[in-house]
Amino acid sequence: MNSIKVSRAYGAVVEGEAVVSEEGFSPRYDLDRWSGVITKPGHKLEGTSIVDKICFFPTAKGGIAAGWAFYDIKWKKIAPKAFIFGVTNPVMVQGAVFAGIPITEGWSPHPREVVKTGDWVRVDPAGRRIEVLKRRS
Amino acid sequence: MQLTPEEQAILGGERGEAARRALEYQVEVGRFWGAKRFVPVTNVHMMGDIEVMGDGGLAYLNAEAARGARCVVGTTTNARCMDFAHCERMGQDAGEAVKEKQLIAALRRMDVVTTDTCINYQTVYQPHLGEHVAWGDTGTVIYANSVFGARSNFEAGPAALAAALTGRTPEYGFHLDEHRKGTFAVELNARLDDLADWGAVGKLVGESHQNYYAVPVFHGYHRIPKADELKHLGAALASYGSMGMFHFVGVTPEAPSAANLPSEKMVVSDADLERVYRNYKRGDGDARLVVFSGPQQSLFEMKYLSSLFKDKKVKGGSTCIVTTNSAILKQSRDLGYAQVLEAAGVTILEGVCFYILQNLSPMREKNRWTNMVSNSAKIVNIIGAHRFNTILRRTADCVEIACSGILK
Repeated sequence: MNSIKVSRAYGAVVEGEAVVSEEGFSPRYDLDRWSGVITKPGHKLEGTSIVDKICFFPTAKGGIAAGWAFYDIKWKKIAPKAFIFGVTNPVMVQGAVFAGIPITEGWSPHPREVVKTGDWVRVDPAGRRIEVLKRRS
Repeated sequence: MQLTPEEQAILGGERGEAARRALEYQVEVGRFWGAKRFVPVTNVHMMGDIEVMGDGGLAYLNAEAARGARCVVGTTTNARCMDFAHCERMGQDAGEAVKEKQLIAALRRMDVVTTDTCINYQTVYQPHLGEHVAWGDTGTVIYANSVFGARSNFEAGPAALAAALTGRTPEYGFHLDEHRKGTFAVELNARLDDLADWGAVGKLVGESHQNYYAVPVFHGYHRIPKADELKHLGAALASYGSMGMFHFVGVTPEAPSAANLPSEKMVVSDADLERVYRNYKRGDGDARLVVFSGPQQSLFEMKYLSSLFKDKKVKGGSTCIVTTNSAILKQSRDLGYAQVLEAAGVTILEGVCFYILQNLSPMREKNRWTNMVSNSAKIVNIIGAHRFNTILRRTADCVEIACSGILK
């Protein structure tokens, strides 16, 4: 098994290295917006950079301010290549679309059965599909 | 999405390049959520300041203003990150203050009414039942949906601004009847005498049901709740649960009757609330920072605080901060509440909210603050990224802690 179907999606086709999180994400609460590293103490990805990564998060956290944060990190060239959410919220989608960052919601099967951090994946929003192209060696 | 002739004309550029780009963006967001069409909005409330937007956001606003972007409906701004009269004393960056002023100027060029308040629903605009609006922050949205019966999703800054330029928003989420029904019932078997208690209810209910589309139905409460109580309840539900709507039987306009409650049920009791307060860790016992903010204080909150601080003094070495908007501050001065607070050594910040203050982490380090005490369940939840240990206490207890320097 090397692909995942998603329910909703926006953006262009992108390829990149996967970062798979067991914990939800907020660009305001969890991320250092100057380095692109998750710095929230105790976050399951604490110390991990999301720059140029394809990020898998089960849920979205945080409030309205997240909407500008995606544009901010894109401007600073520390944005991920795509956000893959199990469940997201309007703010994340509004923010990602505004910044031109591909975003998807809903997944089957669960990414933990298909993809591991470090694998090279391809996100095809129009095809509602994520594919693992190369396993981490 | 099905577009009206007017919307097609906007996409064709008939209302200018800024409106065309805004609608194009809204179409993408609407497509993502499966919106079938747009709904007209009558009011927009947007978050936009230099702390949340950064240099890129400022450049974007300047470019849009230069393209001729103009609001077509009444548009107000949320609390921002600086009170210019205090920013030097608060240790905020002078360079960022310059950018913040440029940002405000760009918004005004677009005809945005810079009210700088997160309590627009108490002081600026009260939409009616069924009225579609495009609001953010989350506390404003849940109040609009729940207490007024108006209709809004959480609209991030870029989305709210787009709605201001086009006068519409994609129809999904809380604009649709199907998402506005109660999904679980909460019996309030508690006294709830203080505003912090209402926030604590929001924490208990929100944390256990984190979902934008979870809609709690409160019932069984022994009296009629006041606006400030519903404000703290809603702000906490939105913060802990990412919720956008609640019902309150006999109080809010779209609530079901007591005989028609959802089948899933929970109860909040006095013992549950005491457990919430007990569970906050006191850290190193530092009691030098007490904050009344998030949301900004209403006039009645200012009145109550002034009664509690009368003839008292904030303990030497401690800091007590109150935030409110310019209208409330003016009335508080006219009525003498602000003078009482200032005589007690309280710092009143205008047009800001504490948790979005520019430079807050360095401010915390410089002052060696480790704990933050507040009567707002929302702010004790959302300030974690700045590495405060936060402690929720009732309003009178917060005042006591500010004046004694002793954390109880």
